[in-house]
Amino acid sequence: MKSKKDEIFEQTEIQEESVTTTVAEVTEDEELSIEEATDRTISPTRMVLKRFFRSKLSMAGLIILLVLFLFSFLFPLFKFLPFVWGEQEQDDSNPVVETRVNPIEVEGEDGTIHTVYVVEYFYRTNYKAPSATHWLGTDDKGFDVFSRLMYGGRISLTVGFVVVILETIIGIILGGIAGYFGGWVDNLIMRIVDIFNCVPNFPILMIIGVSLEAQEIDGSAKLYIMMAMLTLFGWAGTARLVRGQILSLREQEFMLSAEASGLPVSHKIIKHLVPNVMPQLIVSMTLGLGSVILTEATLGYLGIGISPVYATWGNMINSATNQTVLNLYPNLWIAPGVCIVLAVLAFNFIGDGLRDAFDPKSRR
Amino acid sequence: MKKTQDKHYISRSESSDIAKQNRITIKELTKRNASYTRDDYVTQMKDPKNIVEFENLHTYFYTDNGVVKAVNGVTFEIPEGATVGIVGESGCGKSITSMSLMRLIQAPAGQIVDGSIRFRSNVRTQIGKEPIMEEQTDEQGNPVFVVAKDKLGRTRYRKIYEEHEEVLDIAKLPMSEMSHIRGREISMIFQEPMTSLNPVFTIGDQLDEVSLLHINGISKEQAKARSIEMLQLVGIAMAEHVYKSYPHELSGGMRQRVMIAMSLICNPKLIIADEPTTALDVTIQAQILDLLREVKHKISGSIMLITHDLGVIAEMVDYVVVMYAGRIVEKGTVEEIFKNPLHPYTVGLQRSKPVVGNDVDRLYNIDGNVPNPINMPKTCYFKNRCERVCDKCKGDFPEMVQVSPTHFVACYLYNGKEKN
Amino acid sequence: MSDLIKTNELESTTVSQEHLLQITNLRKYFQINKPFLKKNRVFLKAVDGVSFNLDAGKTVGIVGESGCGKTTMGRTILRLYDVTDGQILFNGMDITKLKGEALRKVRPQFQMIFQDPYSSLSPRLPVGEIIGEAVRVHSIVPKSEYKDYVIDIMRKCGLQPHFFGRYPHEFSGGQRQRICIAKALALKPKMVICDEPVSALDVSIQAQIINLFKDLQAQDNLAYVFISHDLSVVEHISDQVGVMYLGNMVEFADKKDLFANPMHPYTQALLSAVPVPDPDVKMNRIILHGDIPSPANPPKGCKFHTRCSKCMDICAEVEPEFKDYGNGHCVACHLYSQGENNNK
Repeated sequence: MKSKKDEIFEQTEIQEESVTTTVAEVTEDEELSIEEATDRTISPTRMVLKRFFRSKLSMAGLIILLVLFLFSFLFPLFKFLPFVWGEQEQDDSNPVVETRVNPIEVEGEDGTIHTVYVVEYFYRTNYKAPSATHWLGTDDKGFDVFSRLMYGGRISLTVGFVVVILETIIGIILGGIAGYFGGWVDNLIMRIVDIFNCVPNFPILMIIGVSLEAQEIDGSAKLYIMMAMLTLFGWAGTARLVRGQILSLREQEFMLSAEASGLPVSHKIIKHLVPNVMPQLIVSMTLGLGSVILTEATLGYLGIGISPVYATWGNMINSATNQTVLNLYPNLWIAPGVCIVLAVLAFNFIGDGLRDAFDPKSRR
Repeated sequence: MKKTQDKHYISRSESSDIAKQNRITIKELTKRNASYTRDDYVTQMKDPKNIVEFENLHTYFYTDNGVVKAVNGVTFEIPEGATVGIVGESGCGKSITSMSLMRLIQAPAGQIVDGSIRFRSNVRTQIGKEPIMEEQTDEQGNPVFVVAKDKLGRTRYRKIYEEHEEVLDIAKLPMSEMSHIRGREISMIFQEPMTSLNPVFTIGDQLDEVSLLHINGISKEQAKARSIEMLQLVGIAMAEHVYKSYPHELSGGMRQRVMIAMSLICNPKLIIADEPTTALDVTIQAQILDLLREVKHKISGSIMLITHDLGVIAEMVDYVVVMYAGRIVEKGTVEEIFKNPLHPYTVGLQRSKPVVGNDVDRLYNIDGNVPNPINMPKTCYFKNRCERVCDKCKGDFPEMVQVSPTHFVACYLYNGKEKN
Repeated sequence: MSDLIKTNELESTTVSQEHLLQITNLRKYFQINKPFLKKNRVFLKAVDGVSFNLDAGKTVGIVGESGCGKTTMGRTILRLYDVTDGQILFNGMDITKLKGEALRKVRPQFQMIFQDPYSSLSPRLPVGEIIGEAVRVHSIVPKSEYKDYVIDIMRKCGLQPHFFGRYPHEFSGGQRQRICIAKALALKPKMVICDEPVSALDVSIQAQIINLFKDLQAQDNLAYVFISHDLSVVEHISDQVGVMYLGNMVEFADKKDLFANPMHPYTQALLSAVPVPDPDVKMNRIILHGDIPSPANPPKGCKFHTRCSKCMDICAEVEPEFKDYGNGHCVACHLYSQGENNNK
């Protein structure tokens, strides 16, 4: 069966019926010839995968990430389950108002004793302890924490991916141009990179966050602006990496060889340089994902990130800034914290695993 | 999904089988290597005139592509004071043979699976210690010997060793014992003089380190004197200057001289020169080869010269071993190999190299590629490239046939032509 | 003297049509520092005035040790580097000053094969694409015939057609070098510059590749500039041989002439340094002392005088002229120019 398929494959591929099929038949009958038997190798993709899956840490990272993804993107669809709530769905089933009347005896100026009735109003709180319908309880607005964790995951992971992909695109273009053309172009782009590297991005992000708050810009617009800002402060590293790689690749003989063949510049960059930078880029992208999620979480914690209309893991931890919540309702902030740690760890494990898998020097 | 792939690639199940098999074998071999005792590795030489005897050496590498039988049953000996050359193309196992001798094979993937490497070693056993005496001058300016003290005022001692000759099987020797042999009794010169010196230390530091490590009770001044003496021995004119320079300040030829000087410091019995001139220019190569010959006379040791250049072999060595795909195809004295080559591979190798002043219209060429010794069938490895292949070649490995007292060939063409 | 000028003129007017490649006084300097003032600039004179001609279907061999500028010269001829000075006439066309698109369009006519078959192939492209890429870009053949053409070229270079989809790292050095040759030949060049194409290969593979070079030359009337440090290989493949030392051509002659009667002391030393695979041959070798001086700071006068056994007073002062001493045997050495001066 296999041999027939092979024959067909060879015929169609090469259109060389007579010669190749006879060769194939002969080798099929006997064992593989010395040359063929010793020439067998593992295909490059399998080699990378094999090295990646050999590492237990990267496997762990992959599984964690998979679970987090399913949890955030698939789970909210199961609305019919009792413990899955909508993102903005309030549970205000707590008793509305409670009044208590306390009589207090007060001595008057003239020595008579008056009874004063003090009315105590207990306002409704939406905090709920974990229960069967609210696995992690509810927060101050009566939103289900467990469900918000899922929606938060959606936003946090999406922000991570969008920002990293944008960073990479800008990084490849600018870094590629700088590395390939060199000269004053390189100088200009690298000085811009330097500027972005030496500007303290956290204070600036905070200022932007606060001013956006002040201008009362709505939630989704703020989300986009935050993503744009994170990209703006993140592309410089990628550009520098791409430029460095391209500078070293440009000196390789295969680039000279491409030049000698008279290939156009765009062709050289797209077909010869970029594919060779890809492994390092993929690694830096994965590691970058972790750090973007972390930055977003930090901004969220400081309360100046994405507005609380949208749940993110970051602004969920923001609840811990309240003393009462910190002390009495750990169910509000422990879970998102754990999610952030898991996500960042997973991305780092995978990034390390990929780096080892791509690096031919680690081949055993 | 297209299931059938090019047979060129190893399938997933094959690949996991290989990995599983490798794990099991490596575990067994590691266990076996740990179990060797002194009785296992102290042996006798077959011929007391030899300094090293390889017998049926097998060094395998357990890789993802399968077992690479880099050295697959190699038997030859290095007589005392002789130069033995190993020739072969890339991947023929010549470097792995020398690395097996130095036990530099990277475990766990690389393992000496079978065979023995007998080496006549001067084993040192400590029998006591004595204080080190230092030469100083007293008030009158006369030299006196005083007991040397260290910084804390304690007396410095030198260990006293008794040396006796013992034959050790390096293939079974524990790694801890190996460090006494490496550098002291067998030293190595590598192909790349650019990378085999550490760029952050001066030449002097690196030379002194060898003496301080291997020569008993030597002081820093003595080590320096010895280093400079060695630099002069290898024909470096400004030895003092070179002693203070860093490797990057020297040219390739100079660095190779330094490497040779380094290998000579402990008066080794055997120098392994692994392609010592391949990275050098022709005129520099001539200098270095000249130097190696001179040095050999001075230290009266043996040299194991590994190269792919037949010209270098013809010029330098007494005995030649020709290797192909991990096995020896022919061995003999240099005259026998060059005047009367028997194996078709040796013949082909000699004819395919153009010679200056001997212009031919078309070069003789051996078809096919140099094989990578994975999954090799148990036949003559050269069979498919050989132009004198016959029916008998389909059989097992050809045996080594002795055609003269020193000349051996592994080829079916010469079966029954032995001269005993 | 006047005769000499006449013949020179004759050559330059008529012969320029005949030679495929005509190199006159080629110079390539690399600036090695970036000083503030122009006068402080330091140049590495990698190629310092080289002239030779190459005819269609012939081979010029260039020998020299590392750092002598032979690789730089090859790359400069191909205009991979800009020319500092001199002229390169290819097929009657001056390519010295060509730039950009115009240069790109003529590139297929002259190709290069590099020394290291491991780094000269793009690691993430399959073999078919490596060979065929430039064929498509330059539309060497119609689109419909493209694949057949590439497979045809592969077969010509001894590669099996089913290698088409494989990646370079799966091949041995010899096969990779065949891929490089196929890549160069696919563009139907008139001239190929081979920069140490066999020095990274095993002996038995070297012979295969050299034979392949010779076969292809016979088939397609290719011209080669064959750069190598291996004298025996150069002798085998070349029609004319040039010897380079520190950026200068010190000797240029017909192969037979040069190997039978080397004139320059450097050529003599080089020839005697080659090890001969015959244990009986005990040569009286001329061993050159010292190392090759740095090309950034070459000695004054004749650049070889620091290592030359026949060094004279004049050698340290005056740079010798590169002159023809009959039969196209050109040498740059005072040993011979002095005799001539005395005759006058």
